[in-house]
Amino acid sequence: MGEALIDIKGVTHAYATEAGPLPVLDNLNISVPEGGFVAVVGPSGCGKSTLTRLIAGLMKPDTGEVWLHGERVKSPRSTVGMAFQNPVLLEWRTILKNVMLPLEIVSTPMSKREQEERARHLLELVGLKGFEDKRPSELSGGMRQRASLCRSLIHKPEVLILDEPFGALDAFTREDLWQTMHRLKAEEPFTGVLITHDLRESIFLADQVVVLSGRPATTQYVMDIPREGIPTLDDLYTPEAADRLNILRHQIEIAQGRAPAEEAAE
Amino acid sequence: MSFRKVAVPLVAMVIFLALWELLVWANGWPNYIMASPSDLPAAYSRFWELFLVMGWQTLWRTVVGLLLAIAFGVLIGMIMGFSRTMRDALYPLLVGFNAIPKATVVPIVALLFVGAHDFNTILIAFMISFFPIAVSVSIGLSTLEPEYRDILRSLGASQSTIFWKIALPKTLPEFFGALKVAVTLAFIGTNLMEIVSPHGRGLGALFDSGKTNSDYPLMFAVLIALAFLGIVLYYVVVALEKVFAGWAERQPT
Repeated sequence: MGEALIDIKGVTHAYATEAGPLPVLDNLNISVPEGGFVAVVGPSGCGKSTLTRLIAGLMKPDTGEVWLHGERVKSPRSTVGMAFQNPVLLEWRTILKNVMLPLEIVSTPMSKREQEERARHLLELVGLKGFEDKRPSELSGGMRQRASLCRSLIHKPEVLILDEPFGALDAFTREDLWQTMHRLKAEEPFTGVLITHDLRESIFLADQVVVLSGRPATTQYVMDIPREGIPTLDDLYTPEAADRLNILRHQIEIAQGRAPAEEAAE
Repeated sequence: MSFRKVAVPLVAMVIFLALWELLVWANGWPNYIMASPSDLPAAYSRFWELFLVMGWQTLWRTVVGLLLAIAFGVLIGMIMGFSRTMRDALYPLLVGFNAIPKATVVPIVALLFVGAHDFNTILIAFMISFFPIAVSVSIGLSTLEPEYRDILRSLGASQSTIFWKIALPKTLPEFFGALKVAVTLAFIGTNLMEIVSPHGRGLGALFDSGKTNSDYPLMFAVLIALAFLGIVLYYVVVALEKVFAGWAERQPT
């Protein structure tokens, strides 16, 4: 796949600990084509967050390479947008000013007016119209996460990195935000990597699901999800969806070491 | 500012003064054991000029000492907040320094800089009050969640941008909390020097002269004047906090 926008090639990484090196990623390969949205699932502590930091250029892998848009990632770049489980909004700024924060760092051809219009437009897209001048503390957890998504997209990043952004939300709010994500993607096409623990989330949002093995993580299983238009929550309750979830759940059990791998099962 | 906000503390003060008066009256204490609030107006009206002059001396030296403590405390706090090594190196030193009773340092300072009374007083006010500021700033900076750094760092922001846009404002509530402690500490420092060092300046000196002249109501009047100055300065800090870190206060909903 030569046209990959995000290309992770044979990445291996270990953390130095007092007990010696702790390998977290082992010869990991993931590639995401332009406009693609890949969900990465795997057991806890398998190095998923390390992966996001590598793609964002916040860390360098021990061996292997991360490429974004044909350029090797060596340091942070302004063409990346990030959102975390913790929305990390700045309490002393209004929601609008929070969303516009990245524009104070990266250079943009937009005028001040265009910047603000874009921020307001994004907030409207995620259903936060009327909350522009509120403080983060006046918003619910789900609303804060919506604002955080707007902030990650404000500077029109080529790559969106989402590290369990919906992990701390209740189930209904989460499903609501899944639909918001589809609305956003329809209007603001991006290439994305989504780290998640939620298998339903992965098949609802992504067009490819990558299952990582237990630590040190490597690509254990890849599932392509065919996409035709924007899915509805009903699509999660079809026999196909149930089959996919079953397969993924089984793969996670293998990754956790709770179920033997196919070859070893004999 | 609602009527309730002003009335409640005022009523509390009146009740406090009444209880004090009652205590002295019930025990039949003469004013050389304990002066009562009714003794105070006489002391104030007799020495009002001295109270103004010496109150001002105490106030400005306390404020200068406090400003120095803020500058130095924030600097040390930044160094300790950003560097683990510096934190490990400086913490025991700071704690040890803070543990030394400043009353014991007063004669040393007075001998070290003989005659430099203003300087000595400011120095003690500074020494006694920078510690909480340094600790709060260092804790505020070192406990900044990594995600806060990451949202800016992932865009290629420099360390100083991260400091000005995120680390500094995020530390302000802790800083003001410490400043409220430091304000009262600085007053203690100033008075320590004024009472111990015989230069006849500040409310501490007025207290001392009350003591030598057996003017007990004057001594109590000085204490109340000090308390008043302390309250004024404290609320100046509260007002500054409202301006610069008002966002940290949760709206009652």
